[in-house]
Amino acid sequence: MRFALSEDQKMLQESLARTLADASPLERVRRFANDPEDTAADLWAALSDFGLPGIAVSEDHGGLGLTMLEAALASEALGAAVAPVAFLGVVLAPLALRLGGSAAQQDEWLPKLASGEVTAAVAIGEAVAGARDGAGVTAKGGKLSGKAMFVPGGMTAGLILVADAGGGLHLVRGDAPGLSRSPMPNIDETRRLAELTFEGTPAEPLGNAPELAGRLRDAAWVLIAADTLGACQTMLDKAVAYAKERRQFGRVIGSYQAVKHLCAEMAADLEPARALVWYAAYAFDTAPAEAPLMAAHAKALTSEIGRFIARTSTEVHGGIGITDLLGLHFWFKRVGLNRQLLGGPEKVREIAARLQGLAA
Amino acid sequence: MDLTPSPEMLAFRAEVERFLADHAAEYAEGQPKDPRAWQGLLIEHGYAARTIPKEYGGYGAEPDILKSRMIAEAFIAANAPRGMAGQGISMLVPTLLEVGSEEQKKRWIGPTLRGEILWCQGYSEPGSGSDLASLSTKAVEDGDDFLISGQKIWTSTAHLAQMMFCLVRTEPDAAKHEGISYILFPMDTPGIEVRPLKTMTGQAEFNEVFFTDVRVPQSAVVGGRGRGWFVANTTLKHERGMLGDPNATEARLNSLIELMKAEQIGGERIIDNPIFRDRLMQLQGRVFAMKFNGLRLLTSQITGEPALLAALVVKLQGCELNHQIAALAIDALGELGILYHDGPHLRARGSWQRSYMFDLGLIIGGGTAQIQKNIISERGLGLPREPSVAKA
Repeated sequence: MRFALSEDQKMLQESLARTLADASPLERVRRFANDPEDTAADLWAALSDFGLPGIAVSEDHGGLGLTMLEAALASEALGAAVAPVAFLGVVLAPLALRLGGSAAQQDEWLPKLASGEVTAAVAIGEAVAGARDGAGVTAKGGKLSGKAMFVPGGMTAGLILVADAGGGLHLVRGDAPGLSRSPMPNIDETRRLAELTFEGTPAEPLGNAPELAGRLRDAAWVLIAADTLGACQTMLDKAVAYAKERRQFGRVIGSYQAVKHLCAEMAADLEPARALVWYAAYAFDTAPAEAPLMAAHAKALTSEIGRFIARTSTEVHGGIGITDLLGLHFWFKRVGLNRQLLGGPEKVREIAARLQGLAA
Repeated sequence: MDLTPSPEMLAFRAEVERFLADHAAEYAEGQPKDPRAWQGLLIEHGYAARTIPKEYGGYGAEPDILKSRMIAEAFIAANAPRGMAGQGISMLVPTLLEVGSEEQKKRWIGPTLRGEILWCQGYSEPGSGSDLASLSTKAVEDGDDFLISGQKIWTSTAHLAQMMFCLVRTEPDAAKHEGISYILFPMDTPGIEVRPLKTMTGQAEFNEVFFTDVRVPQSAVVGGRGRGWFVANTTLKHERGMLGDPNATEARLNSLIELMKAEQIGGERIIDNPIFRDRLMQLQGRVFAMKFNGLRLLTSQITGEPALLAALVVKLQGCELNHQIAALAIDALGELGILYHDGPHLRARGSWQRSYMFDLGLIIGGGTAQIQKNIISERGLGLPREPSVAKA
């Protein structure tokens, strides 16, 4: 029995963090945030060299063939660095192809996804969290109609995984006729969301749909939870570092209990949440009966502690904390987007209750 | 990461289960029929005092955290009573093993393990709570003895105990941490008065103990004169591990779920009320997080990998969570939640109400929540200590 990261897993996370520190320092994130034309292609190239696009693709198809736990560790590193990367598709598209794709579909897409040549986006928000403003997609005769909202990476993806209102899942090519995309400006400037409109857009259905939809939802929840965990760790680290250096009334503010207790409360929330995210990721591959409930709790709990840590770290920084100059707001907003995306905590907990037969 | 038990562990667990089945007649509803006989049986089979050396009355096994866990799980599953776990067994015995003299180990450990001697802990004083090292119960030399005078408080089993392990000031001129000794004496020594301390629960879970010229031989000091603070810290380490146990918290949450499914208000099951249900789910997420945090700590004990913050947060978060679980139970019961003591409508014999009050005491006791936050921020995050106020 061992509930800890392996040396390989720690190394993966540390080397990804180093790659991100080089390829995506805060100045680089800031440029992306300020320039809508910037697609961070240089960062994607560096991550492709690292092998990240193939993390969830089997070795047969040119990927690394790693588990959800490694994917979650990568997601945590991306959140820690507020890296402008749409990571959900990196993990969910290969998963969907593995569980519901034909051999031909797998052979066509997996190598391109693994190399980073094609990026994938996932449009399952309406199926998981409920449709807003008339969104929703219907499938008929191999064609899709309707719209999908809040699609991370949807503006640029070459392959889009779409859930329809009847529980089916479809692959849509980025250049498919009748597909149009418009940006959804949002609070998190490190990630771009798209509203996708389908007008008789040709699509290929995936098999195994009911089970697949649940697996995609659970995977997304784990990855979002891990991203929040990473962002929160950075916010805690920054608050502690600032509290050790900032002096007022003749001493560092971290020597005041009013400040150090805030830091302790952040750490006391964060550490157990880390164990829950690890377990949810581990259960995704090894304990299918528990996986949905653990994924839901990981998503909901990180959303709650994320809100607390994001505001508390900002408060520990005092006035400088809310300035653009410091840039702490990139983490604050990242956590904010993660909270609502694919279901806010209230919604997710309702699903958690349903999964245990505690709600109708 | 691998949580699958090995075949060796599964075989061990089966062995424990067989033991519990073979002796099922000797316990009922989690209680032994004859506590001392049960304790003796457990020690004989290695299910209590497992790692205490045989020469001192234990079973003498090598420490094996996984086997200990297998034993704990099997006992919980069978609702079988665990071995005795008073302050003598869980705090004094490990301390004696670490720093006691050979004579002290031989004399005290065996009878304590067998339940023949019950101990109480004399640490806190009215004037020394969080700042325990400022304690002022004095022990004045008188020939080969000390004469002890002063007062202890929060002494939970003082009215039942035959013996006390106690912190007293033997070197009044030394610095505060260096003037304390850790000393053992019988509770029937002349000059000791025990008064029950009734708390908000309505029960006297604690006592106050008063000492007037209590004569104790100097040879009863453990770990050397003036070394008491360091000796006590060995014990406190064991106490922090006892508070905030995630398995106990999970069991309590499960009782709460059952309560919310069973109870109805105005014909609606409590679990069907979305507000109460959401509060339940919030707590469940935190309970799971503490459970897996516990698995991480268990791994860290086996492998030696550091998990400092994960360990430091357990007392703070575990006790808070217990209190919140009790709070939700009371809220969910509605008006029934205000009943207490007795009566036909009282649920679970008032245990939720009692927990709600008693658990607040546990948030304060064993190092207050605020002291825990100091420890987390100083030892875990490296923040500086609050400078001490200049003496006037």
